[in-house]
Amino acid sequence: MRPLSYARPHDAATAVAMVERDPAAAFLAGGTTEVDLLRIGVHRHDLLVDINELPYREVEELPGGGLRLGALSRMSDVARDDRVMARYPAVSQALLLGASEQLRNMATIGGNLCQRVRCGYFRDGISPCNKRHPGTGCAAIDGINRGHAVLGTSPHCIATHPSDLAVALVALDALVHVIGPGGSRAIAIDDFFVLPGDAPQREHPLAQGELIVAVDLPGEVIAARSTYVKVRDRQSYEFALVSVAAALTVSEGVVRDVRLALGGVGTKPWRARIAEAELMDAPATRESYERAAAAELSGADVRRYNAFKVPLAERTIARVLERAS
Amino acid sequence: MPVDRVDGPAKVTGAARYTAEIVLPDLAYATIVGATIPSGRIRRIDTGRALAAGGVLAVLTHEDLPRVAEPPHLLPSLVGAAAPGESFFPMQDDAVHYAGQPVAVVVADSLERAQHAASLVRVDYARTPAVTTLDEGRDSAYEPPTLFGGLMPARMSRGDVDAGLADADVRVDVSYHFAANHHNAIETSATTADWDGDRLTLYDSTMGIRATQLTVAHLLGLHVSDVRVVTHFVGGGFGSKAMTWPHVTLAAMAARQVGRPVRLALTRPQAFTSTGHREEQEQAMSLGAKRDGTLIALRHHKLSLASPFDDWAEPATATTTQVYACPNTEGVHRLVTGNTMTPTFTRGPGESVGVFVLETAMDQLAYELGVDPVELRLRCHAETDPRGNPWSSDGLAECLRVAASSFGWARRDPRPRMRREGDWLIGTGMAAAAYPVAFIMPTQRARARIYAGGDAVVQTGTQEFGTGVTTVMTQVAADGLGLPMEAVRFEAGDTDLPNTSAAVGSSGAMMVSAAVHNAATALRDQLVAMAVADSGSPLHGAEPSDVEVHDGRMRLRSRPEVGETYGEVMGRHHLEDAEALGSWTPPPPDTPHGLLTFGAQFAEVAVDPEFGLVRVRRLGGAFAPGRVLNPKTARSQLIGGMLWGMGQALLEGNRMDPRQGRWSATSLGDYLVPVNADAPDVTIDLIEVDDEVVGPLGAKGVGEIGQVGVAAAIANAVFHATGRRIRELPMTAELVMDPP
Ligand SMILES: Cc1cc2nc3c(=O)[nH]c(=O)nc-3n(C[C@H](O)[C@H](O)[C@H](O)COP(=O)(O)OP(=O)(O)OC[C@H]3O[C@@H](n4cnc5c(N)ncnc54)[C@H](O)[C@@H]3O)c2cc1C
Ligand code: SF4
Repeated sequence: MRPLSYARPHDAATAVAMVERDPAAAFLAGGTTEVDLLRIGVHRHDLLVDINELPYREVEELPGGGLRLGALSRMSDVARDDRVMARYPAVSQALLLGASEQLRNMATIGGNLCQRVRCGYFRDGISPCNKRHPGTGCAAIDGINRGHAVLGTSPHCIATHPSDLAVALVALDALVHVIGPGGSRAIAIDDFFVLPGDAPQREHPLAQGELIVAVDLPGEVIAARSTYVKVRDRQSYEFALVSVAAALTVSEGVVRDVRLALGGVGTKPWRARIAEAELMDAPATRESYERAAAAELSGADVRRYNAFKVPLAERTIARVLERAS
Repeated sequence: MPVDRVDGPAKVTGAARYTAEIVLPDLAYATIVGATIPSGRIRRIDTGRALAAGGVLAVLTHEDLPRVAEPPHLLPSLVGAAAPGESFFPMQDDAVHYAGQPVAVVVADSLERAQHAASLVRVDYARTPAVTTLDEGRDSAYEPPTLFGGLMPARMSRGDVDAGLADADVRVDVSYHFAANHHNAIETSATTADWDGDRLTLYDSTMGIRATQLTVAHLLGLHVSDVRVVTHFVGGGFGSKAMTWPHVTLAAMAARQVGRPVRLALTRPQAFTSTGHREEQEQAMSLGAKRDGTLIALRHHKLSLASPFDDWAEPATATTTQVYACPNTEGVHRLVTGNTMTPTFTRGPGESVGVFVLETAMDQLAYELGVDPVELRLRCHAETDPRGNPWSSDGLAECLRVAASSFGWARRDPRPRMRREGDWLIGTGMAAAAYPVAFIMPTQRARARIYAGGDAVVQTGTQEFGTGVTTVMTQVAADGLGLPMEAVRFEAGDTDLPNTSAAVGSSGAMMVSAAVHNAATALRDQLVAMAVADSGSPLHGAEPSDVEVHDGRMRLRSRPEVGETYGEVMGRHHLEDAEALGSWTPPPPDTPHGLLTFGAQFAEVAVDPEFGLVRVRRLGGAFAPGRVLNPKTARSQLIGGMLWGMGQALLEGNRMDPRQGRWSATSLGDYLVPVNADAPDVTIDLIEVDDEVVGPLGAKGVGEIGQVGVAAAIANAVFHATGRRIRELPMTAELVMDPP
C-alpha cells in the first residue's frame, strides 16, 4: 500500500477544509471501500481524513413523519432500527442483503452511496478503463461483462452501480444533505447518481471536500409497504444480478400509486419511471406488470455475457409487483 | 473412534502458528511482481523508483537473479521425488509465458513497503500473440503421448468402441464445457526462508514438506541434508500445495540475496496465478447399451488447455472406464497449448470432472431405458477391474442402497418437472462416486519412542493441513502401542523426522497410518519380546502372540490379571526409553487388484425456473473408504468434499479474457465459492469394507471421494426438477433459467 497521511479532525468544518484544499485527499468513514481500493492501488489518495469523530451517527425523526439517517450511521444499525424496519422495510431489507455482517458493522450510509463499481477491469488497476483512467477505453464492453449494466450505459462505461441501499433510496425519493466549502445543500437522490455519459469517472455531483451529512427518508405512507428483493448466484455475500425495490398501492384492482427501482442492471440505481408510468391506473394484474417491465427494459443495451439480465429483470419486476399487490 | 481434533484448541484460540505467522528475528518481506501480459518479452525493467522507496532491500529481476542449478521437471509429489508444479522456472530470461509469471521480486523491511515498492516497478513488454482459451487453440489441439509427468498414458482403449456403439440398442452422447477452477485455500501459500551459512530452513505452507525439500535442493543445487522444511499448520490445500511452485525457491533465493530471513506470502490475486488451477476443459462421452442396460461401449474424450511447458491434464478417463462393466472402452486426452501456468491437481483431480460426465450420461441412459438410476448403476457395476482383478474392496452396491434408503429415494417419481413448491421446482438426483487408490509412493517411515513413565512420542514427516491427520495418527499410534491417547504425542511437520510422501491423492491416511501403525506395533512387539524373555517378568515364557497391551500394561490375552507395564520391564533393564522404526512399502502398481474407493451421492434441489437459481436442499452420501479411523474427522472431510462439489456444480468458474490473457476473477468477491447460507443439510453414511491390500489398517482415505459425484447428482436433480440438462459447469442462472 502507498504511504499516506491520516487525520482525524473533531469538527466538520476542519474535515471539509482539509479535503477541499487537497485534491489527493478523501474522507474515510467505515473504510470498507476506501481502504480496499487503496490496497489494490485503484484509489491513490495521499491523505485520509477520518470523519468518525463527527456527530452524524444517529437516526432521527423528521417533522412530517420522515426519518433522517446520519451519514455515519452504520449499515447494521440502520437495518435493525425499529422505525426503519416498520416505515421503510425496503431500506432495512436492502441493507441486510448487502455485504456481510462484519462489513455492515463498519460500513456507513454515506460511504455506501459513494462506493465504487465492482467492475473487474476497474479494480485490476491495469486494464483500459475510462472510469479509472479517463480516455483509456473500456475493457468491459467487449470483455467479460456478465455483471455489467444494461440500462444507462454509454460507449464509455457499462459498469453497474453496486449499492443495494441506493436502490431502495431511489425508489423512496430520499434526499441527500451535504455540506461543503460553499455551505450546505440538498440533492434529490436520483440526481445524486450520475450516468456515465462521456465522463464515467464522475459518479455523483459532489465537489472535492463536499461531505454527506445525512440522508432523509420522506414520510410517505406507501413506503411502509415497500419491499426489496435481490437475486444473486449465492445466498449471501454477493452483489445483485438483479434487484428490485418496489412499493404499490392498489385499490379496486387498479394501481393507484407505485414506486419501482432496479439494481444490478443500471449504471446508476435505476428508478423505473417508464414502468411506473405504464402502471399508474393500470389493472393490477400480472399482464400489466409484465408489460411495464418490458417497457422499462426495452431500452436495454446488452453485451455478450449480460443479455440474461433483461429477462431476469423483467421476471423479477413482475414477481415482486405481483407479491406486493 | 470418533475423537475430537487434537489441534482444535490451538486453532480456535489462535495459538496455532501458520507459515506466514512464523516470526524470526530480522525478518524481511518479499513480494512478487507478476507479468501483466500472457506472452512476449521483457524489453526493460525499471527498478529505480522501487529501489529508492523506503525500506527496500533488493529488487531482483531476470537480470540479476542467479540461474537455477538444474531445470525443473514436473513430477507428481506422491512419487516422492522433487516435485515442481511446472517444468519452468521464472526469471531466468526475458521470456513471458503466462500472466502472473514472476518477473521481479521485491524485498523490503515490511510487507507494506515491499508491496508499495512492487507497485513502482515498471516493466516494458513486447507482447506476442497468446492462446488463453480453448476456443483460440482448438485447431491446434494434439494428443500427447503421456500425461502427468509421464506417469499415465493419454489414451487407453479396450475392445472396439465403434463396433460397440454400432451394436447398441440405446446410445447417449453428451458433451460439456467446464470453466477453470481455483483451489482458494483460505491460507494463501507462503514460505519463510532462513539461511544459516549454506544450510537452509524453510517454513512452507505445503501438503508435502519432503517435496519442498527435494525440489528446492534440486533447483538450488544444495545437498538435501542441508535443506530442512518445517510446516506445522496449513490452512487448506485442495491440491494447490501438492506441488512445489516457483515462489518457494524464489523466497530462498531472495533470502540469500539480502542476507536475512525472508517471508514471501502470495496475495489472494497472486494465488490465482501462482499455484496452478484446474484447467478449462471440454469432455464428451458416448455410451452404448443394450435394452437391459448392459453397457457395450463407452467413449470418453477430454480436451484441456495446458501450458507451454507440460503435457498436463487431470487424467479423467481411468476411473470412468472401470466403474461399470463394459467390453469396449476408449479414453483419450487431447491438449491445447495455452499461455497459462501448468494446471495442477484440484480436489478429486480427474474424477471430479470425469465422473461428472459419466454419471450425468448414466442418468440420461437411465431415462432412455426407463430404468431407475440407482438400479442401472447396480446392474452395470463391474465385479472386477478391466484386467479381471478383484477389487481390493468394493462397497459400491451397499453405498448405493444405504444412501438411497437414508435419502428416501424409493418414493421418487422419475418424471421431470412434476413437483412445485411456490416459485420452486423440486428435483432429486443421484450419482455413483469412485476415486482411485494410487500406489505410486515410495516407502513411508515413522518412529515410535516410549519413555519408562509410559508416555510416548510418535513421529513422522507429514503435515496437518486441516484434514485431522495429527488426530488420527495419535489414535493409530495409541492403538498400536496399547496406550491411552493422552499418553501419546504425535509429532510431524519437519523433514528431520522419518519421511513420508506428500499427502495427496487421498493417500495421507492410508500411507501415513500404515507407517505409524508399523512403528507403534514394532515398539510394542520389542517390549513384549523383552518381557517374555525376562525371567523377572510375570509374562516370562509366554508366546508373544498371546500377549496384548491395554492402557500401557502387557497382559495375557487369556488371563488379563497376569502382566506388567512397559515401565516395569524397562525399569529392570535400566532403560529410560525404547524406540522402534516402522515402515510401509505399497504393493507394486500392477498389484492384481482393482483399486478404487467407492461412494454414492444423492441431492435434492429447488430450482427457480424463472430466475435460474438452484438451491441445494439436501445432500446425502454413503462412502466405503475401507476402515474408518476416526468417524468424526472422516465425516468432516466428506462433508467438506460434498460442499466443494456443490460449489463446482453451481458457482465455481473463472474465465480468461482472451484479449488480455488474464483471469477475469482474482478475488473471493468475484470467484464465488459457497457460503454458509448456501450449505444444505448433509447426511453421511460410512460403509466399512475390509481391505487387506491398502495397508495394515485397511484404510483408503476420504479426502476426495466426498467431492466426486456431487456435481453430477446435483445436475441430475436439476434435470429432474426442470426437464433441462445443463451442459456447462458451473450451472449459473443464465444457463438454468427458462428461455424467454
Ligand atoms: C466484500 C464486500 C462486499 C460488499 N457487498 C455489498 C453488497 O452486497 N451490497 C452493497 O450495497 N454494498 C456492498 N459492499 C459495499 C459496502 O456496502 C461499502 O463498501 C460501504 O457501504 C462503504 O461504506 P464505508 O463507510 O465503509 O465507506 P468508506 O470506504 O469509508 O468510503 C467510501 C467512499 O466514500 C467516501 N465517503 C465516505 N463517507 C462520506 C461522506 N460522509 N461524505 C462524502 N464522501 C464520503 C470516501 O471518501 C470513499 O471514497 C460490499 C463491500 C465489500 C468489501
Ligand atoms: S465498464 Fe466502466 S469501470 Fe468497467 S472498464 Fe469500462 S469504463 Fe472501466
